[in-house]
Amino acid sequence: MTGRQRLPGQRPLLRTLLVAAGWTVVALAGTFALDPFRNYQLALVAAYLCATAGLTVLVGATGQLSLGHAALMAVGGYGFALTTNALPFGGIPAFVLALLAGVLASAVVGLLLGLAAARLSGPYLAGLTLAVVVALPAVASTWSTVLHGDQGVQIPFEGVPDGLRRVVALEQWQAMVAVLVTAAVVTSLTVLRGGRFGLRMLAVRDDEVAARLSGIPAGRVKVLAFTASSAAAGVGGAVLCFVAQAVSPGAYTVGFSLLLVVAVVIGGLGSILGAALGSVVIVLLPWLIGRLTSNLPADAAQRLDGNLAVLVFGLLLITVMAVAPHGLHGALVARRRRTTPDVPRPTAEPAPRKVLVPTEEQR
Amino acid sequence: MDRLVFLLGTGLARGAVLALFALALVLIWRGARVVNFAQGAMAVVSTYVAFEVTSLTGSYWLGLLAALLAGGLLGFAVERGVMRFASPVSPLSGVILAIGLVMVLQSALGIVFGPDYRPMRVPFDDTAIVVGGVPLLSPYDLFVLVVAVVVMAALAVLFRWTSLGLQMRAAAFAPEVSRLLGVRVSRTVTVGWVLSSVVGSLAALLLVPTSLGLNPHATDSLFVLGFTVAVVGGLDSPVGALVGGVVVGVAMSLVTGYLGAGLVPIAVLVLLVLVLLLRPAGLFAAAEARRA
Repeated sequence: MTGRQRLPGQRPLLRTLLVAAGWTVVALAGTFALDPFRNYQLALVAAYLCATAGLTVLVGATGQLSLGHAALMAVGGYGFALTTNALPFGGIPAFVLALLAGVLASAVVGLLLGLAAARLSGPYLAGLTLAVVVALPAVASTWSTVLHGDQGVQIPFEGVPDGLRRVVALEQWQAMVAVLVTAAVVTSLTVLRGGRFGLRMLAVRDDEVAARLSGIPAGRVKVLAFTASSAAAGVGGAVLCFVAQAVSPGAYTVGFSLLLVVAVVIGGLGSILGAALGSVVIVLLPWLIGRLTSNLPADAAQRLDGNLAVLVFGLLLITVMAVAPHGLHGALVARRRRTTPDVPRPTAEPAPRKVLVPTEEQR
Repeated sequence: MDRLVFLLGTGLARGAVLALFALALVLIWRGARVVNFAQGAMAVVSTYVAFEVTSLTGSYWLGLLAALLAGGLLGFAVERGVMRFASPVSPLSGVILAIGLVMVLQSALGIVFGPDYRPMRVPFDDTAIVVGGVPLLSPYDLFVLVVAVVVMAALAVLFRWTSLGLQMRAAAFAPEVSRLLGVRVSRTVTVGWVLSSVVGSLAALLLVPTSLGLNPHATDSLFVLGFTVAVVGGLDSPVGALVGGVVVGVAMSLVTGYLGAGLVPIAVLVLLVLVLLLRPAGLFAAAEARRA
């Protein structure tokens, strides 16, 4: 990069860190204002955000879609749970080690899948990752001596550390841990995207041939982007395992994987803020719908349970894609721009604007 | 030995179904450059139509006919109602629209019919035909094979020797030039979706009776298998889908027979990874065609 000139999507490091610290403090302070159930939901949002932020960076920066981020979360969760159970000690050191193991596991799996499919353009990555989620229950029951089949792996209960027990409840503690871990993940992804590597991802996305001619190893960039995205999803799975004290294949279905895609699309492809908004929506909307249908007769409630939320999400996905392809974040940006029409925005254009690359034939 | 022959026979019949399903994917890929991730969900809707009509009238054949009609209508509705919104410059928007469709169709089926598995019956004997003392195929497997071969032959005739088929091939190959030459490209794309949806529905109809039963998610694994077949054969190649279907069908039948049915999804995954690593262009497509 030359001099002080900034290119689209580039952000100064200090500003990124300050913004991240600000959001983290707000979220941590927020945990004191929430009741235990809300704190549990906040922890879920944080865990989902790890995965959706990884997914949105993948889609926005490389134009590739993964339908299997739930499986990568599961890999992170299993890595976390198995390491926790193998360690002779507990507490925060064990948590950190287990988290690292979970991230490592999901990054390795992501690297393998990425080597197979991420270098290709087209629907290959989406199809392969879908096959991974579909195979997850079979994997868990084939290696059931380690992974314990459909039941999954439980980890021992770990309460609030002694010093804090007076001040915070269990749910709040879990939410705080989830927020801190997620903050680290999201900040790393933002820094990654704002730096040299992010520029390479954009170059490859916008014109792979031109990128290659400029000496960018396009295949390697795509594979690494998918690996980073997988690692982020793995952290999400580890956090979810920490909150639920268990990991099982039943929690990481195709449906959940598609829900992550919904979050990313309705938030706005490529936008991390959008991923955060989307994660809130996919946690709150099913809960709200569940509240609404709980008064119905048992048979109807059973049929609507889960299905109604998926129906709404499906319609939402189609509508957003047809009417507002840039999602919530795009709507916010457009609105802000409309209210301040005289400010030109030459290079400050956010990265997600043009997500999709025309293929060779369509040009 | 007997077991091997039987597994090969069953694998052939399964492979024919997979080939049909993959062929439906290839049809749309060639015509619209979209992998229709909703094809499984669309096919399961048609299968529910067949199930309902069969239980109302008592006739398997009326159910089959109704399902094919429903499949055609659904293909038309999906192309005109949903896929038209896909951005022409974005390979992703088609995939995302299809995923939205999967969620809508499967959850609507779940709301209307509930999550139970409903066994589907077919008017065929399920004991294997014995040839020279070796059990070979069940009559139903034979029926599946015959149907698959007839449908593929019909498609081949359509594309090879009819004006519509020629127009469809031209529109898929060079839409702009075809339009200039008077081909109504948007209509041929619609016809492609209708055809593909009918063929995909037929594949699901043939497969579901041999599986656990009918459920809104009954075709999830069929979709993954069909996608694998299409990739093995090369997404652009109908002949590839045919050969890929037989290869994958027989391989999965052998895995089921010798290692257990539980391993099939893992075997599919391994196969898909290997093909993508070693020969991403597929076994039957021209390598240059895949750069897009």
